[in-house]
Amino acid sequence: MVKEQFPILSKEVNNKPLIYLDNASTTQKPASVIDEIQEYYECTNSNIHRGVHHLSQKATEEYEEARKKIQTFIGARSSKEIVFVRGATEAVNLVANSYVNPLLSEGDNIIISHMEHHANIVPWQLIAKQKNVEIKVVPINEKGELVIKELDNLIDKQTKFISLNHVSNSLGTINPVEKLIKKAHQNNIRIMIDGAQAVQHMKVNVTDLDVDFYCFSGHKMYGPTGIGILYGKKEILDEMEPYQGGGDMIKSVTFEKTIYNDVPHIFEAGTPNIVGAIGLGKAIDFIKDTTIEKIEEHEMDLLNYATKKISNIDGVRIIGTSDNKASVISFVIDGIHPHDIGTIMDNLGIAIRAGHHCTQPVMDFYDIPATARASFAIYNTKEDVDKLIEGIEKTKEVFA
Amino acid sequence: MSEFNELYMEVILDHNKNPRNNGAIEDHTNHADGHNPLCGDKVSLDLIIEEDTVKDIKFTGSGCAISTASSSLLTEYIVGKKTSEIRHLFEEFHDLVTKDESDTENLGKLSVFEGVKKYPARVKCATLAWHTLIAAIDGDEEVSTE
Repeated sequence: MVKEQFPILSKEVNNKPLIYLDNASTTQKPASVIDEIQEYYECTNSNIHRGVHHLSQKATEEYEEARKKIQTFIGARSSKEIVFVRGATEAVNLVANSYVNPLLSEGDNIIISHMEHHANIVPWQLIAKQKNVEIKVVPINEKGELVIKELDNLIDKQTKFISLNHVSNSLGTINPVEKLIKKAHQNNIRIMIDGAQAVQHMKVNVTDLDVDFYCFSGHKMYGPTGIGILYGKKEILDEMEPYQGGGDMIKSVTFEKTIYNDVPHIFEAGTPNIVGAIGLGKAIDFIKDTTIEKIEEHEMDLLNYATKKISNIDGVRIIGTSDNKASVISFVIDGIHPHDIGTIMDNLGIAIRAGHHCTQPVMDFYDIPATARASFAIYNTKEDVDKLIEGIEKTKEVFA
Repeated sequence: MSEFNELYMEVILDHNKNPRNNGAIEDHTNHADGHNPLCGDKVSLDLIIEEDTVKDIKFTGSGCAISTASSSLLTEYIVGKKTSEIRHLFEEFHDLVTKDESDTENLGKLSVFEGVKKYPARVKCATLAWHTLIAAIDGDEEVSTE
């Protein structure tokens, strides 16, 4: 049983066994990851890259070993293309500031989409305001899919960058990123894909995709919080400005001249989240041992099972009905606010998300204030889905 | 269904389903819009205040059951009350939904919201209408609970 590998899943919430269905926010952590973190602090803890002593070397080895695991996991050509960041949010901010900002002149534009998480909207707004450039938005259709032909109309000679998500966190839609990346490159524009909702569900190979930048967060893929990955093609990272200044990102410092370190270290100023990186490496081991194919198959089973059951309940509408979805179901119930659904579920020990999921433009598109969202991971079961269905019925009963 | 009764009391469910004093007052003397950015709840209040006394109040808005019922019950309860009295009522109401022990003698049927204190995430839903009311009395047009 996969569930048994996750200590928190045997706990109770509100005197009910926990049914955890908020995985698109953050997944739970297997014992292997938790133990690794504890062991690091008990047996290895030390600062990396500088010390000559044994523990520092051991910590450095483990940290760099984690980088290699991530390189293999996403099929990057070199571990130098893997930058440790705090999470996908920091990765977007890094690319916006260190790569895109210097490219921009007044009148240029950046293209994003209507289904982006706020983390892939606001960093672009910040630099757009600074440089007086426009942000163009690829629209979505009623099913919650990108209207890709509109991308052709949006791209012009002043388009300097495109940033789109791989999978929508509030709709579940899987975007045809291969096609989007090709389109960008046909127009000589570089592109970033936000994979925060993708890597935990499906095989991603950044080299096959030929994507320029790709990012994701550790905590949504069974790893710790506070660690994430920015992948960038080596030749692009080599051209980029530093993101933050500090220790570890330099080769030498004098008051006259500072020589920066090589990639990826140039982007990792200060003592990084060492144990986070090592924990993420362990989470990748968990995914590898389980196999991403098995995870995908299992989650698709749950998605189909839950979609069918929820669709059959009167007065419930699923938001995001693409044929190509990851295991995320947003829904609304006629006349009942999602926060009331969330509270009733919580009383039943079921953790779901209720809110705008940091995608207010998506909520505005559907003219709803919020949705309730259930999202599944490898440890969820059909029994969990049945409990969710009972919860929906119960909610309807309370507000009948 | 018993486990939900302490939060979703019958009175709250009733006022959510059939909100009282729903609408606008054209010739209002005071008005404010309240917004809870965290959950997207919105409420707009129109009041007629004469001689420091609320003569009439109506609300429009969208939100969860707690927020809608709180707006509805509040509009019923404060008509005829002095603004100074209302400020004091808000303090009592705030204590009711946040503190373990509170003095609620003046709250009357508003004490149905006592169950909210076990749900810290929902306190703002219950108090949005109150924040908006105080803003309207003070002559502020907009208020946000964040």
